[in-house]
Amino acid sequence: MNDFHFHAPETIEEAAALLVQHDGNAKLIAGGTALTTLLKQSLVQPEHLVSLHRVKGHDAITHSEGALHIGALATQRAVEKSDVVKKHAPLLAEAYRRVATVRIRNVATVGGGIAHADPAMDPPPSLLILGASVKLMSAKGERTVALSELYVDYYETTMEPDEIVTELEVPDQPAGTAWTYIKYLPRTEDDYATVSVAAIGELKDGMVADVRVGLGALGPTAIRASALEDAVRGTSPTHESLKEASQSVMDIVDPIDDPRGSAGYKRDMSAVFARRAMEQVLGVATG
Amino acid sequence: MTTTTPIKYTVKVTVNGKPYSAEVPSYRTLVDFLRYDLGLTGTKETCSIGVCGACTIMLDGAMTASCIILAVRADGADIQTIEGVANGDELHPVQEAFIANGGFQCGACTPGQIMAAKSLLEEIPHPTEPQIKEWMMGNLCRCTGYYQIIDSIKAAAETMGKR
Ligand SMILES: Cc1cc2nc3c(=O)[nH]c(=O)nc-3n(C[C@H](O)[C@H](O)[C@H](O)COP(=O)(O)OP(=O)(O)OC[C@H]3O[C@@H](n4cnc5c(N)ncnc54)[C@H](O)[C@@H]3O)c2cc1C
Ligand code: FES
Ligand code: FES
Repeated sequence: MNDFHFHAPETIEEAAALLVQHDGNAKLIAGGTALTTLLKQSLVQPEHLVSLHRVKGHDAITHSEGALHIGALATQRAVEKSDVVKKHAPLLAEAYRRVATVRIRNVATVGGGIAHADPAMDPPPSLLILGASVKLMSAKGERTVALSELYVDYYETTMEPDEIVTELEVPDQPAGTAWTYIKYLPRTEDDYATVSVAAIGELKDGMVADVRVGLGALGPTAIRASALEDAVRGTSPTHESLKEASQSVMDIVDPIDDPRGSAGYKRDMSAVFARRAMEQVLGVATG
Repeated sequence: MTTTTPIKYTVKVTVNGKPYSAEVPSYRTLVDFLRYDLGLTGTKETCSIGVCGACTIMLDGAMTASCIILAVRADGADIQTIEGVANGDELHPVQEAFIANGGFQCGACTPGQIMAAKSLLEEIPHPTEPQIKEWMMGNLCRCTGYYQIIDSIKAAAETMGKR
């Protein structure tokens, strides 16, 4: 590991100022669960590390004005355990519960997880279909970015290097929607997903009033299966109809071969798990 | 940026109730700090990437992997390690239970298993088997086959419940 100057500001504003001061040579570190390994492997070699661990506040989890507000410095364990999250976005509590192990979630932050932008991470598919957005702040000001506008490529986001995630906002879902998060783990329980699917759905008078499907570990970023959603919305779903509709996700995924499965296998599984997830949220018996 | 002398920081921590301080390079991980700078070699390092749980310690009350935390970040922290688990010669009930139930063989993973199990029982005094598995799934063991570890934790929960 290279050496670096370590800064431990006590406010977000100071952290933002440090990023400007060391423009291009500074990197934020929050829980450090992802970044420390990258530093050890010399994959990132910043001259300055700006640590957020002493920053006061920005870790509250509240609900107001029809949305959940989760401070970026909240730990992922806090989100998983939060009664407010379980009440207003149970899918989110479940998605964070599936991240790594308790030991990692105790330290890993919501903001660090979002900025890390690994497409195999658990929260993004759920965040996408929940219509979540993040608040970013820098020395220049604040802006809000929808999760659907955040991820660009493997480990790449539309955030500027001097921007800090300060909050995750998740709007309330209509009453009566069912949800699921399926993390397909053929190897070990603590692994990253081979394929992951988050889904939300609502059936009214036997017809699909709402269906949303998010896919993880299936390409450079988590994605939403919008064409599939459009094809299923308004129909009266059966195992056969969902199976047929799900084939379309194989055209939008772009998985890679890795120890968790070959690209071909993951592509096949994308259709299988998209169908199963929709069956669960639409109350269709699996064939 | 490569300087001949690395950038150093003084890190002050409390470990098992005792104050310690050492000047370390910026890149020192907490596990190396404990083992090499403070001489507390009870904590083990196996995978170095946060996966195996061998390096488990309590950092300000939270179970943490010390191999993926920088020592500088722990400055000012209250840390508990395996060395602080027994009360002098009197072993902790979790340690007793691992001995009585064959919860270890080679011992490489054991300090981490004990720290994780103790932390589990502090948060959930009477865990169900799924709760034990969910909590302990990040503590890998090449020797025991895990069943004895689960048995050890159940036994420890029982003795601790009686005290
Ligand atoms: C052993 C192991 C297993 C894992 N398994 C899983 C898994 O199964 N599922 C899963 O989803 N994830 C998994 N992860 C990844 C984990 O989710 C991330 O490591 C974690 O979310 C990162 O959060 P952090 O606070 O530790 O970020 P850090 O490591 O501190 O930072 C990560 C990145 O985000 C940037 N950053 C940090 N905070 C902010 C902020 N507020 N604003 C802007 N940028 C910021 C940093 O500069 C860095 O680039 C695993 C990690 C480990 C180590
Ligand atoms: S050595 Fe730290 S988790 Fe394996
Ligand atoms: S006792 Fe040998 S690794 Fe667990």
